[in-house]
Amino acid sequence: MHATISAADLRLAQAPVETSVSVRDLKIAYGALTVLDSLSLDVAKGEFLVLLGPSGCGKSTLLNAVAGLMDITDGEVWISGRNVTWAEPKDRGIGMVFQSYALYPRMTVAENMSFGLRIARLSKAEIAERVDRAAKLLHLTPLLNRRPAELSGGQRQRVAIGRALVRNVDVFLFDEPLSNLDAQLRAELRIEIKKLHQSLGNTMIYVTHDQIEAMTLADRIAVMKGGVVQQLAPPQEIYNRPANRFVAGFIGSPAMTFLNGALKGRAVDLGAGVTVPLDGYAFAEPARASGPAVLGVRPEHVALLPAGAGGAVAQGRFAATGTVRMIEPTGADMTLWTEIAGQPLTIRAPADLSIRVGDAIGFALDLTRASLFDADTGARL
Amino acid sequence: MRPRRTSATGTLALLPVWAVVIVAYLGTIAWTVVISFTASKSLPVYEFVGLAQYERLFRTSRWLVSVENILIFGSLFIGTCLVVGFLLAVALDQRIRAEGAFRTIYLYPYSMSFIVTGLVWQWIMNPALGVQATVRGWGLEGFTFDWAANRDMAIYAVAVAGVWQASGLVMAILLAGLRGIDQDLWKATKVDGIPTWRVYASIVLPLLKPMIVTAVVLLSVAVVKAYDLVVALTRGGPGIASEVPAKFVMDNLFERSNIALATAASTVMLVSVLAALAPWLYAEYIRASGARAA
Amino acid sequence: MTAPSASAVVARGARPRTITAGRIGLYVFLAVSALYVLTPLYVMVVTSLKSMEEIRLGGIFALPAAPTVAPWVEAWSTACTGLTCDGIQVGFWNSVAILVPSVILSVLAGAINGYALSFWRPRGANVLFTLLLLGAFIPVQVFIYPLVRISAVLGVYGTLPNIVAIHIIFGLPITTLLFRNYYAGVPVELFKAARVDGAGFWRIFLQVMLPMSTPIVIVACILQVTGIWNDFILGLVFAGRDNLPMTVQLNNVVNTTTGERPYNVHMAATILTASVPLLVYFVSGRWFVRGIAAGAVKG
Repeated sequence: MHATISAADLRLAQAPVETSVSVRDLKIAYGALTVLDSLSLDVAKGEFLVLLGPSGCGKSTLLNAVAGLMDITDGEVWISGRNVTWAEPKDRGIGMVFQSYALYPRMTVAENMSFGLRIARLSKAEIAERVDRAAKLLHLTPLLNRRPAELSGGQRQRVAIGRALVRNVDVFLFDEPLSNLDAQLRAELRIEIKKLHQSLGNTMIYVTHDQIEAMTLADRIAVMKGGVVQQLAPPQEIYNRPANRFVAGFIGSPAMTFLNGALKGRAVDLGAGVTVPLDGYAFAEPARASGPAVLGVRPEHVALLPAGAGGAVAQGRFAATGTVRMIEPTGADMTLWTEIAGQPLTIRAPADLSIRVGDAIGFALDLTRASLFDADTGARL
Repeated sequence: MRPRRTSATGTLALLPVWAVVIVAYLGTIAWTVVISFTASKSLPVYEFVGLAQYERLFRTSRWLVSVENILIFGSLFIGTCLVVGFLLAVALDQRIRAEGAFRTIYLYPYSMSFIVTGLVWQWIMNPALGVQATVRGWGLEGFTFDWAANRDMAIYAVAVAGVWQASGLVMAILLAGLRGIDQDLWKATKVDGIPTWRVYASIVLPLLKPMIVTAVVLLSVAVVKAYDLVVALTRGGPGIASEVPAKFVMDNLFERSNIALATAASTVMLVSVLAALAPWLYAEYIRASGARAA
Repeated sequence: MTAPSASAVVARGARPRTITAGRIGLYVFLAVSALYVLTPLYVMVVTSLKSMEEIRLGGIFALPAAPTVAPWVEAWSTACTGLTCDGIQVGFWNSVAILVPSVILSVLAGAINGYALSFWRPRGANVLFTLLLLGAFIPVQVFIYPLVRISAVLGVYGTLPNIVAIHIIFGLPITTLLFRNYYAGVPVELFKAARVDGAGFWRIFLQVMLPMSTPIVIVACILQVTGIWNDFILGLVFAGRDNLPMTVQLNNVVNTTTGERPYNVHMAATILTASVPLLVYFVSGRWFVRGIAAGAVKG
């Protein structure tokens, strides 16, 4: 997988009939400030794509550009095989759900859902049928005559989803739809959205800064930073083979440990006399042989060794010892802080181990699942 | 093709406002400035005389008195309104009983016309029948409260009436500001044992700065526009003792057929206001609204 | 914090149970201030209910010995304003005739402007808004003479449409500001949702924004009703002899009197003139304050 996605790669990689949404060389700038620059992205029909990134990374801008709610400086947007770059939002065949619900406050639930259909002058029977169907799907039927103010947050967001649903469109756009809800509701609605996608099969583009939402919902995740797609891949690949140091650090909790060192052939010298052989590591081609490098190890990929196990570890693992500096229990697990070669290292361990601060421990890094980055560019080696 | 939110309908809908701004604001300002450089008397004539009207203006004692008066009135009016308004706001913020009633009372003068205020105070300061006569009737023979009719005190009379009308405004603005202060801040100062007056002086006042600025701007606008109040209370008198620039302009425009002199005076007013406003307008509106992203 | 605080600086803290000297001083200050603020109103009312004989005896604070409504009747129907003696009622009805169209049109225009500026952000929106604000701060003396000339050329000078148009022109800044600030608090996502639903400029305004604008419409109406009713200078210059508003008539009644001045009639006329904004204020105090705050808070 590449650190940045070139337009040509993606366009060639997917047959045009399957492509639902295609963004080509998109540029968005406000005066001198360029938010997105030559960004290209194809979304397959029926795919659930999550745009993930910290605030200000351009993910919402991209979604708004797809919706036609933002002036495009340059580039094209195609939806369902049509160039909609200059089309009105209503003519793009999209439905959209917003973070703040954006329900019309003086309209009932039914009126909120049917507003667009009434503007499009659909027949009364057709409107009633569509609203009814969406309400059933979202368990909103008893609430149809309520005003938004009389609904809970979760109900409001379901109405907002219903408003997108009744449009019978191919593409749904979600702009951080769950960010205003509390944790429990968020989990519930996340499952509802997933079910909805499974039963409807629509294309969905979903913006969030929550990695759990991204990992659970997405067919593919586009991790964004500074207006650039850092990596576009299925969740497992993003997790296991992050394309660069930013993606590696952004995904995963507790965060990946980064150990500074120097690449020496097929090993990393972490300094202080610690050299880690990278036998089981899958190098990107062409493999580099030297230079400053950063070894990334996820806390869950460091195993504690039983006391007295010595250096006998399996192939692709590297054993070391250290002193526990801090312990943070998180319920099922606990997070340990120790160090290797004088650099801090995080370990995720079962909560039932009786380890205390100051204890000496032995541990093994799983190098088959580690990541190695160029210290200067941050790109995966 | 330029699409989207910059819709044609939106631009069309604002055309009338553009017309108002360009014709009624900018156009009239330009016209006023142009006339001030002419020798116009009762009708505009475009015989340009350079800065002659401005030189004449600053030789006119009525104008000089007006300027002096507006400075006295302005500083007294704004200063007293701020102090009184702040004290009232702080007093009202002490969990008092009948707060709503007090607030309503303090603010009611602000709802009335300056004409009404002027006429009431003219009556109260009437030396023959007003407060002065009444108090003398109680036996205090030396009591004097004839400011509206007293050459030396007339402009102070205007200030008294103005303060009476506008203190409530400051109270309302600052009270809203006080209510917006985080209650945890008060708790923190209690825990730290900081005396109340010190909290107001060192913590609350700086927090109220935006409201104070707002109040000062609103009061300043009232000062520069001061016309109705003077007309109703003293008619600029006795003599020219309480003349103000706004009245000077109106008199020269509509009674004395000196439109070039009047427009020179209003141009001076315009420049003063713009000079005072420019930094504030920039900070409050341009920067703020530019920051609101799409 | 368990002990009730005696100084009670925390407005919503525990209710103080002890009465301290400070508390008494506080109430004395509040009461004296209230008395001072109320005195002119009291003087107006008692004076308007006295006969001139009683007024000449002095005692501006004294309650009327023999209350009479004759001054009120005279002020309303026969007081002389310059040459005519039809009372202040003429001005009252003139003010109503000016007020109704001016308020409706200026509030409507402000709503459309604020909406267009907030959501559609057309080119030059910031420039336009800044220039509008200037209109609110620049003294009217700067505009007034050219406006008189323009009105004269258009042949409307001194007519009802003239004064209404002038009130709209000078009302635009504040009404636009009010609505712009109000709409700035409306999530822009609501506008986006309506766009996705296919609504255009006017439909979003009429069906989405206006229905949720009731509070700010009330505030704007209150501000404009009191502002236009209390106007003096614009009415004086533009309304024309037949449409002079009540404030101008009142000033004429009081300040053009020759001979002995009937103070009781003057005070009755003054109260009558102040009654409309006072009524608005006492009925809608909360909204009135909100208007001050809304107009004052930055956008």
